[in-house]
Order: sequence, then structure tokens, then C-alpha cells
Amino acid sequence: MQAAVMPKPSPASKILWVAIAIVGAFCLGVVALRRGEPINAIWLVAAAIAIFVIGYRFYGKFVEHSVLQLDPSRAPPSVLRNDGLDYVPTDKWVVFGHHFAAIAGAGPLVGPVLAAQMGYLPGTLWILFGVVFAGAVQDFMILGLSLRRDARSLGHMLREELGPVPGLVAMIGVLVLMMIVLAVLALVVVKALTHSPWGTFTVAATIPIAFLMGGYMRWFRPGRILEVSIIGLVLLLLSIWAGKFVADSATWAPIFDMDAKTLAWWLIGYGFVASVLPVWLLLAPRDYLSTFLKIGTIALLALAIFLAAPTLQMPAVTKFIDGTGPVFAGNLFPFLFITIACGAVSGWHSIIASGTTPKLLANEGQARMVGYGGMLMEAFVAIMALVAAASLHPGVYFAMNAPGAIIGTTVEQAATTISQWGFVVTPDELLRTASDIGEQSILSRAGGAPTLAVGMAQLLHNIIPGEGMVAFWYHYAILFEALFILTTVDAGTRVGRFMIQEIAGLIHKPLQATESWTGNLLATAICVALWGYFLYQGAVDPLGGINTLWPLFGIANQMLAAIALMLATVVVVKLKRERYVWVPGIPALWLIVCTLTAGYEKLVGPISFTAAANKYAAAMQQGQLLAPAKTQAAMQQIVTNNYVDMAMTGLFMALVVAMVIFCLRAVVRGWQANHPTAHEEPYVALASVAG
Amino acid sequence: MNASFQSVRKWAVQTARLCCGVPDYDVYVKHLREHHPEREVPSYEVFFRERQEARYKGGGGRCC
Repeated sequence: MQAAVMPKPSPASKILWVAIAIVGAFCLGVVALRRGEPINAIWLVAAAIAIFVIGYRFYGKFVEHSVLQLDPSRAPPSVLRNDGLDYVPTDKWVVFGHHFAAIAGAGPLVGPVLAAQMGYLPGTLWILFGVVFAGAVQDFMILGLSLRRDARSLGHMLREELGPVPGLVAMIGVLVLMMIVLAVLALVVVKALTHSPWGTFTVAATIPIAFLMGGYMRWFRPGRILEVSIIGLVLLLLSIWAGKFVADSATWAPIFDMDAKTLAWWLIGYGFVASVLPVWLLLAPRDYLSTFLKIGTIALLALAIFLAAPTLQMPAVTKFIDGTGPVFAGNLFPFLFITIACGAVSGWHSIIASGTTPKLLANEGQARMVGYGGMLMEAFVAIMALVAAASLHPGVYFAMNAPGAIIGTTVEQAATTISQWGFVVTPDELLRTASDIGEQSILSRAGGAPTLAVGMAQLLHNIIPGEGMVAFWYHYAILFEALFILTTVDAGTRVGRFMIQEIAGLIHKPLQATESWTGNLLATAICVALWGYFLYQGAVDPLGGINTLWPLFGIANQMLAAIALMLATVVVVKLKRERYVWVPGIPALWLIVCTLTAGYEKLVGPISFTAAANKYAAAMQQGQLLAPAKTQAAMQQIVTNNYVDMAMTGLFMALVVAMVIFCLRAVVRGWQANHPTAHEEPYVALASVAG
Repeated sequence: MNASFQSVRKWAVQTARLCCGVPDYDVYVKHLREHHPEREVPSYEVFFRERQEARYKGGGGRCC
């Protein structure tokens, strides 16, 4: 067992760490300073690994020993409240695997791909330094706080340390954020499947496959997760193979060939049905598939990058850092820090770090590996997504990610526009990429998933060649992302439903009963309508949806991260460890500045929702129609949507400001008190309870 | 060699199950026997179903 004081490093370990530091600095130097000639992705990956290892060993340890003052001799909740089910002291590697599977999702794969429009360097630097000083600190500190508080949730800790009103304000923020997350993720699926019969067929096939798995596990072989997952995986691969024949068939292809609006309606209907069905039938089996496929695919991506060692074709920095980029509007500051949320710092993690994980850790001394280390792993996934996007031909990248309103709707228009930006590409190259992946068009497939899928397909094709294999890998990657996004949508709708039922129960008690069908259907309908509205809005958006909604998601996610870090700051002060207040305080401040600046720019100024609404409203007054609207009613819809987005931005900003005031008040009080005022549970020696 | 393979396998199975919200059954049975000898020990199937329902009852869950 580790001692609570820092051990003196041996000479050999000193030499080792100096060597790692030199290698890391050299690789980072190559990544940051070499201009004009393309560099290999391995430099970037090596720099990332060196920085993560150093961050973990030094900064992580500093946070553990000085700020959190974790004590391996102290009994954690898993021991104190051991019930064999939720609270179980568990092997640290098992906890690590579980924690990583819970935090890794679509987020770290999408944000970095969008941010690649500014070149690979800004995104890389933000991921590397953001995770070491903000993201991993947030996850680790919230985990540490929860460990000292009977594994309580973020909401509970906020109520306890800040008071009931701030707790309620933060929870409203979480509910609204969840609706935006579900809508944006569902929109990623819509963008990937629009007019793609192959993709739509394979994703649709996951539903009967899940039913089959669910039935198998319910009646035939209960509880055999591994067995049923292997069967499911084989069926999934078969459905990818069959998808090609569907896409080529004159009868079947039109059935699965849908536009964005139709797909949005299907997803909304699906979300409703899926979250009222029993979990064993659809949600649980698909959850197994998506969890295993996620881990497997991340491993496959890492392997592909190491073996294929691609050259980064995207420049280190593009001219779009000035805010004129086609993928999302806005300057490097603050929009880079909003666009890459998961991967650098993600507010969602604070919910997981105060959920199951603290109930499983067998010892406080293992919290750094799980909390800090788990987040570093996610940052590594984000780096790989960035590499996959930056290793694509930049022309192809922009064709896939820029909205039709900017690059046009034909390959000729797109190639001309993109070539004018300085990324020379021919219509033939765009057509060939589309035909390689078995799609009719690659234009304006924003949302990260398709870009990552093309990048992954090309990397995998480099190491496992074969006729038609690019198309197979592409649809595999699309399926894998769609699968876990749909699982998130399904599970998220359920969580949202319970939250809404709880609130509804305050007004009319019977609605609270989760077993009641009236309450269930009503709350599910409200929940689906909330995210469905934003999804449909994205599907009819003039700029393709992602361009408009991703910033809203980023602002909301970073708002939650700011709240979590503010909580950590308050607790550090209340524990009378004021000299370390900067550890969570500076990242909190940085996120507050980023969210408020981004929010302000989205409210007033040229790239704001207000400007977009005014543009359409002015055109309406003159009786004009602006693309993509074809009727006055559609024009009115766009104006309304932008006003709603404006209101949401305003709401998030108000939440941030309110939380800042609450936290400042708590910080001042904690500072003035002459004794610790934090609500930690009393010390119990591990040795006295461990049997 | 065999022993280490066994332990890796056990770790993998336990992690995979936990990722799907199913904690270790043997640990639960041991806990029941030690602390609640009066309670009936559920079969793995019953235990599995109860945990499957419990996983989606709300709470944080997963990330974006």
C-alpha cells in the first residue's frame, strides 16, 4: 500500500522521467513548429503519450496528495456500505475498465473532427493541456469529493456544499443539457444516414437483432451476455454485408433512402417506443453490443493509427482560425474550447465520477488511476479522432463538413469553392471518395461520424487491403457510432422521463409512480418532444444543423464542467486548503470565460442566432424566400428556431452567472471561517472495518 | 502460466459484465452468506434480471 507522503524518487526513476520529458518535448516541438511539410501522425501520438504520462505522474499526484489529500488508510464507501450489489470493493483495473466505458462516448469522436477545420495544432494543444489541467482534474476531484461523501451524486453534493437553491439551479441545467445532448447526437446519426440506403438499412437492422438477442437472453439462455453479444456481432457484420445488396437493389434501396426530415421523424418515433418498451427487449441487448463494439473499435482505431502511421494532410493551422470557417462559425477563442468539449474537459463526466465509480473503488489510493487516468484515456481517443480527420485530404474533409449553403450541392460547385480556399480538390476526387465508400455523395455530411468513418476506413484499408473493403469499413464505423448514439438516446430518454416524472409528481402525486402507464407515457412524450424539437430543427436548419446546434451543446457541456469545477473550488476553500484554490479555480474561471464569451457572441453580433433570425425575418418582410426554405411558413420556422436557440443560450448564461454568484458567496464564507466547514464524512480506518 | 491466464480471463469477464451494469455474482453470494444468512440466495438468472432492470432506473448512466 502506498504511503500518504510522497516517496523520494530513485536516481533511475529521475533519469527515466527526464528522458520521457525530453522525448515528449521533442515530439511536441516537431508537431508545433514544423511548417510547410506534412508530418507523420506518430509524432503527434508520441507527444500526447509523453504529456499524458508526465501529467499523470506529476500533476495527478500533486492533486492527489496536496489538494485532495487522499488517504489509502481511510475506508471508502464501498467498504463502509458494502451491499454486494451497488457498493462493492472492486479490483482497480475492473473499476478502470468500467469507468472508461462509461465516460467514452461519441463526444470525443465528434468535437475534434469539427475542430480540425482550424488545422490539427489548435485542437491538439487544447486536448493535451486542457485534459491535464482541467478535464482530468475535474473528473478526479469530483470522484475524490464523492469518495469522502458516501459516494453521493453531483447534485447531492451541490445541495450540501452550496445550499438547496444552487443545487436546484444546477439540476435544471443538467436536464436542459441532456435534451440538447440527445438532440445533437441524434442529429449526428441523421446526417450520417441521409440518402444512404446502406447505412440506414444496417442501423435499422440493429432493432430486430436486439429483439432477437433480448428474447434469447430472456427465455433461452438468461444472463449469458458474452454469448449473446457474439451472436449479435455476427448478425451485425452480416447486416453490413447485406446492406450493399440493399443499396444496389432497385426495389429495396428507395425504401431505405430517406431525407433528413423523414429520418428525424423516424428517430423521434423510435426514441419514444424504445424507452417505453421493457429494457430487456431492446435497450439492454443493444447496450451490450454498443459497449463492446465501442471498446473494440477504439482499440482497432489505435492499432490502425500505429500500423498505418498516416501523414497529416491537413495543415497545422488553417486560415479559419479567424472565425470564417465553414464547419462552425467563430474565432479560435472561445469557439475551439467550446467545440472540443469531451476529450479535453467534459461536464458529463462529473455525473459519472459521482455515480457508480465511487461506490466501487476499494481504496482512496486508486482514485487517481481511475479518475485522472480514465480521462487521459478519453483524451487519447480524442487525439486519435483528430488524427483520423487530419489524415484525410483537406478537400475531402471540407466537402464532408461544410454545409450545402456554403459549398453548393454539386461536386463541381463544392470542388470550386473548396479549391478557392486553398485546398485544391477536383470533382473527380470527391466522386471517387463517395464511390469508394459505397455512397452516392459525401457532400455536407457534417457531424463528425462520417468524416471519422472515412478516415478510419482509409486507415484500415491501408493495413488490410481488399476489393470493396473501404465501403465495408466505412459502414462498420457508421454503424458503430450510430449504435452507441441510439443507445444513449434510448437510455437518456428514460433518465429524462424519470426526472420529468419526479418534477410532475410535485404537482400531481400519482404521476410520480414510474410503474403507471399514464405517467410513463406522458413523461416520455414530454421528454421526446423536448429533444425531438431540437433534432427536427437541426434537420431543417439552413446551415445543416450541426453548425448551429454543436456550439449550443458545447456551451451547455462546458457550463456543467464549470459548475463541477466551481464545486471543487468551494470545497477546497471550505477544507481550509486555500493555497491550492487555483487548481480547480483557474480551469473553472477559464470555462466560465469561454462559455460566457461564446454565449455572448451567439446572442449578439454577426455569428449570433439573433443575426440569423433577423436575416430571415427581413427577407420575409420583403416577401423573399431564402434557401433551404421553400415556403413562408418554413421561413417563419427558421426565425422561431433561432429565437429558441437564443433563449437557450441566454438560459445557459444565466445559469452560469447564478452559479458563479452562489459559489463566490460560499468561497467568501469558507475563507472567513477559522475551521474547515466542508461536509466530509468522518474518518474510519480501513483496517478497522476490512474483514 | 495457466493461473495468470485464468486471472486475466476472470478480470475480462468481470469488467465486461460491470460495463453492462451486472456486478460480480460470486461476490454478491459471498456477501449474502456472510452478512445475511437468513436471506435466500438468488440464482444467477434472477440476480441478472434484477440488475438489468436496476441499470436503467435513472441516475447518470453514460456520457455523450
